[in-house]
Amino acid sequence: MRVELDEPKCVASGQCVMAAPEVFDQRDEDGIAFLLEEKPAADSLDDVREAVAICPAAAIRLVEQ
Amino acid sequence: MADTLTGPAPETAAPVPEFPMARAAGCPFDPPPALQAQQDEGRLVKVRLWDGSTPWLVTRYEDQRALLLDPRVSADITSPGYPLQAPSNGKNNISFILMDDPEHARLRRMVTAPFAVKRVEALRPGVQKIVDDLIDDMLTVGGPVDLVQAFALPVPSLVICRLLGVPYADHDFFQENSKTLITRDAAIEDRMAAHGRLLGYLDELMGEKVADPGDDLLSGLVGRVESGELSRQDVAQMGVLLLLAGHETTANMIALGTLALLEHPDQFALLRDTDDPKLVASAVEELLRYLSIVHGGRRRAALEDIEIAGQVIRAGEGVIMPNDIANRDPEAFADPDRLDLTRDARRHVAFGFGVHQCLGQPLARMELQVVYSTLYRRIPTLRLAAEVDGLPFKHDGSVYGVYELPVTW
Repeated sequence: MRVELDEPKCVASGQCVMAAPEVFDQRDEDGIAFLLEEKPAADSLDDVREAVAICPAAAIRLVEQ
Repeated sequence: MADTLTGPAPETAAPVPEFPMARAAGCPFDPPPALQAQQDEGRLVKVRLWDGSTPWLVTRYEDQRALLLDPRVSADITSPGYPLQAPSNGKNNISFILMDDPEHARLRRMVTAPFAVKRVEALRPGVQKIVDDLIDDMLTVGGPVDLVQAFALPVPSLVICRLLGVPYADHDFFQENSKTLITRDAAIEDRMAAHGRLLGYLDELMGEKVADPGDDLLSGLVGRVESGELSRQDVAQMGVLLLLAGHETTANMIALGTLALLEHPDQFALLRDTDDPKLVASAVEELLRYLSIVHGGRRRAALEDIEIAGQVIRAGEGVIMPNDIANRDPEAFADPDRLDLTRDARRHVAFGFGVHQCLGQPLARMELQVVYSTLYRRIPTLRLAAEVDGLPFKHDGSVYGVYELPVTW
């Protein structure tokens, strides 16, 4: 599974960092999210799914390889 | 003739209910029963506002999330059909929460950095100190005290002042004016005057930041005035917005959350007896869901025709989405009217949804985690010093809570 982050859509709510801190982080200059891990480990997938669900801008997708 | 039967039913078929609706006596934590009834029916209905306008009311969780994400709805207060919460002068002087992208995104991104999760986490020890000192003061003075004045308001006010670079010594001034600004029933002249005083105050403060800049948010914004990215007015409006949003909301979550816990002793005991940060974090999400203090409804106007829940919202029609009722939708949360600090409530919409979702939410969460994990542990015998039914609830504000909360121990 691969994570896709649509950066222009991001509104810097920080929800993904709270849900999956091992996969997402935020830029220092404006809090916009970026990926730490494009292909998260299997035991992180539930956290990523939660991030997908709570991202207020629908900017995150989890796609089959 | 047959074709006369194919048109839509006349709108006079059912009376149009008034909005906002009243909460039931004796149920201070629950959304109004009339809102619940609308959600049970599931379809969209029109409601009548103070000015006679009739926007659509959307009550279901999934419908609200879909609309709040939809770029065809506008948060611009000057869009045709925008459902006004109170009389307005027709201008947007509240900054980017009442704007659409791309201008909204441009301005929002200028203030999001200090609210990033890791930046906020670094503030936790300072917030813990503020909370402990205020509790020390309460214990020294002895009960009964008004928890709102002694604790719930000072915690977030001190924190946002430090972050923005606003002197806390001025808190009487800005708390008083913020209160007027968010009271729905205040006369428009009074609200405008209060807003004018706050804008003037921020403008004066900006002058001081030019002469003596600090590492606070306001000093950073003043730098953007010097580089031509923002006007002084933009910065004053953003400053008022952040100052107001930074203390009114969290203060109400602290006081109303404490009341809700005192009324649910088994849940109070869970927080009092735990040192598990995961349970504390979960408790914060559940209290945000259960109380949903921003109860005036997220408001938007349709820019195009939008089909949702078997209904077409026409371009130029208003939409109101009360998050308090969405957070009690049984299709989103099992047994939604039960306060259960152990449930996973993270998908609540207490901070709204879509591009306008609260930008201060990591800060609000951290403050509430510190408060809820400290106050009841340090004062385990905390109890109300008044009857619940006699408490002054903020039925008239755009943020719900209590004006006073007498407690003792």
